[in-house]
Amino acid sequence: MKTITRQKPQEEVMGYLAKCHKVYLIGCGTCATLCHTGGKSEVLEMKEKLKAAGKEVSGWMIIPTACDELTKYALQEEAQRIKAADCVLAMTCAIGVQMISLHLKDAKPVYPALNTLFIGMEESPGHFTEVCLQCGSCVLGRTAAVCPLVRCSKSLLNGPCGGSSEGKCEVSPDIPCAWQLIYERLKEMGRLEELEEIEPTKDWSVSVSGGPRKIDIEAECTSLS
Amino acid sequence: MKAGTKLEKVLESGHFAVTAEAGPPKGTNAEVIKKKGELLRNYCDAVNVTDNQTAIVRLSSLAGCLLLKEQGVEPVMQMVVRDRNRLAIQSDVLGAVTLGISNILCLSGDHQKFGNHPTAKGVFDIDSIQLIQTLKRMRDEKKFICGEDISGEVPIFIGAAANPFADPFEYRASRLAKKVKAGADFIQTQAVYDVARFARWMEMVRERGLDRQVHILAGVIPIKSAGMARYMRDYVPGVIVPDEVVTRMEKAASAKEEGLKIVLEIIAQLKEIPGVHGIHIMAVGWEDIVPELVERAGLMPRPTI
Repeated sequence: MKTITRQKPQEEVMGYLAKCHKVYLIGCGTCATLCHTGGKSEVLEMKEKLKAAGKEVSGWMIIPTACDELTKYALQEEAQRIKAADCVLAMTCAIGVQMISLHLKDAKPVYPALNTLFIGMEESPGHFTEVCLQCGSCVLGRTAAVCPLVRCSKSLLNGPCGGSSEGKCEVSPDIPCAWQLIYERLKEMGRLEELEEIEPTKDWSVSVSGGPRKIDIEAECTSLS
Repeated sequence: MKAGTKLEKVLESGHFAVTAEAGPPKGTNAEVIKKKGELLRNYCDAVNVTDNQTAIVRLSSLAGCLLLKEQGVEPVMQMVVRDRNRLAIQSDVLGAVTLGISNILCLSGDHQKFGNHPTAKGVFDIDSIQLIQTLKRMRDEKKFICGEDISGEVPIFIGAAANPFADPFEYRASRLAKKVKAGADFIQTQAVYDVARFARWMEMVRERGLDRQVHILAGVIPIKSAGMARYMRDYVPGVIVPDEVVTRMEKAASAKEEGLKIVLEIIAQLKEIPGVHGIHIMAVGWEDIVPELVERAGLMPRPTI
């Protein structure tokens, strides 16, 4: 599982930093490193850019995995240099940004340097595709393991719209029509009759529409056993 | 009778129906709709009012339908799932039915990317087939999606779209079957230029006996100029305009007359296809032509119901 990120325009980042003179930089050794958005070389590059813009960098580090609880200890180790800064610029995914903010000892702004895009499938090295919406009620069993919620531009659950042409989505020739893919796979498996079933309205209450989701693995395991 | 609308009566009594489309204004001038209503009044059985077509904000379909209704013109309210969640959809349906608007066409809607608010959030809480199913349930069981009861009658003549020119082609009759199963009473198709492909689709439709369960109105769009023909061929998603049509428009001495001739030839062929119960004219930006078109297609006078 990889969280795919993209660097924000430098202009937006500098907008955040307008009132800060000293900045502490944090990158992440996992997904952001893999995406070349917040690994060591990107953090050092940012450091140079900030210096060139007249800022002072009080320190920097690459947290191995910014989204896990060990972030707390990494922040403790760097507490002095962070304390000296007016703000923290996080070159991590949005989870990292929030983890850092949660565990900072003193109240200090944590600004994101990246946009968090999606949980991606790596189709080939460096090529990521969004294939899951994390909707909370998986339909893949009925759609030949192609998710129409995220791969169909209209999230249609009952087949292709009138804009599917020669395997492409009306939105862009670069987007394959999810329902063409589903159709072909089901046809290959002799399961086309499954497409005649009407998929009922979706329960969005188990997605973000139901409010922030939380899970306690230990409690779930206890209740199962 | 499902709803007893004029459109339903025309179709159920076996007449070859004619519907037309009226796009509402990008503003508050009621005259735009009223003029179109006046123009189309005697030349078609019902007038569709589009719902933010091509994802461009316009006066709402519901308001446009009410203006037509007040003029004594039968409206068809188009409804897309792009802009509303299930609460807004069901609420608008109750509103429409209460105001006497009972023909409702269920659509997915063009993607917001194509419109004038490309950064909008597309809603797509339910899809077009689930919308058909929702209307059927509201009408037949008087229940909302959640299962709670609706007070009062909910007469709706349920419409849906079909596009035999989209892919996968072999799936398009199955998709129609799904819409019929969900509860569609009438179908208005995407514009036909490739009559041969449309006829092949109709053949599959008849094989499944769908033509006996739903009224199919074939869509037509009269082309005004060679530029419009090229634009539709190259840029309009879901439409197939054969090169031959473009060439004819380019070579014509009078593009408008040629465009009219082409659409009349298409209508003549469509009338001969078993299972086609009418035509739906989408004269986008050329509504004035509809009276002459209907007249010359031999579809006058319209039945009085």
